[in-house]
Amino acid sequence: MENSSLNILSQMAFWVTVGFTIAGAIIAVFPRSILYNVLGLALALSGIAGFYLFLGSFFIAMMQLLIYVGAICIAIVFAIMLSRPLHLEVPQRAIPKVALGAAASAVFLVAVVSMVLKTDWLPSTERAVGPLPWSIETIGHMLLTRYELVFEVISLVLLVAIIGAVVTAGFSRRFTS
Amino acid sequence: MNSLNTYLIISAILFSLGLLGILQRRNLIGMLISVELLLNSANLNFMAFNRFLAPDPAVGQIIALFVMGLAAAEAAIGLSIILALFRQMHSINIERAQQLKG
Repeated sequence: MENSSLNILSQMAFWVTVGFTIAGAIIAVFPRSILYNVLGLALALSGIAGFYLFLGSFFIAMMQLLIYVGAICIAIVFAIMLSRPLHLEVPQRAIPKVALGAAASAVFLVAVVSMVLKTDWLPSTERAVGPLPWSIETIGHMLLTRYELVFEVISLVLLVAIIGAVVTAGFSRRFTS
Repeated sequence: MNSLNTYLIISAILFSLGLLGILQRRNLIGMLISVELLLNSANLNFMAFNRFLAPDPAVGQIIALFVMGLAAAEAAIGLSIILALFRQMHSINIERAQQLKG
């Protein structure tokens, strides 16, 4: 009895997370005010962090909250503040273009969902049975042994991105002002 | 609730919303937000496949971390390009950034 009520509670939490995520994505795409878009993006990203918790990975959920919600959304808000008159110019889109875009993404959605429903997904035969080693220790160990190249490449990419961002934003100021 | 198909369908919905955003917005920051949605839905797919199907226990999580790092780099570069473009054009509507058009 205890167990089944807990199960129902977790199911309700899952569907509430689904609702928040999709509502956040809709807010992130449709309203014309860019600040609403950023807030909707933060909502959707938090919902995806909730999915990672449901999938059993606490570490990735925390990283999602830290990197996406904590860093990228804040950076976008700063960019909005720095480029100020966003509300002055709201370009009206031609209806045919919007309709074509909506048709393209609807075709994509129908194709992917029907493919997902038709396929019979089988787990890999070498898959280890029993509780999965999803702990931070496993991830850290694999990042420093078998997947060390990933670790090094991402450090290099982040360094290049930092330098590139400074150069792009700094040089443009020197050229124009 | 906890089946692979649920996660795949949710991520397909998120991906098509992001695709629609890229196709119909003309505001550069709005397009960047849609790109973040696309990357996140791909990440959700990786995590779901890793949880339900993959032989290796942590490879999906490592790919997800890698994609998060790439998204951070992409957001930094994209925002600095947006700032530079705004200083040049006084607008971030991409239909006005057409100086290279012949």
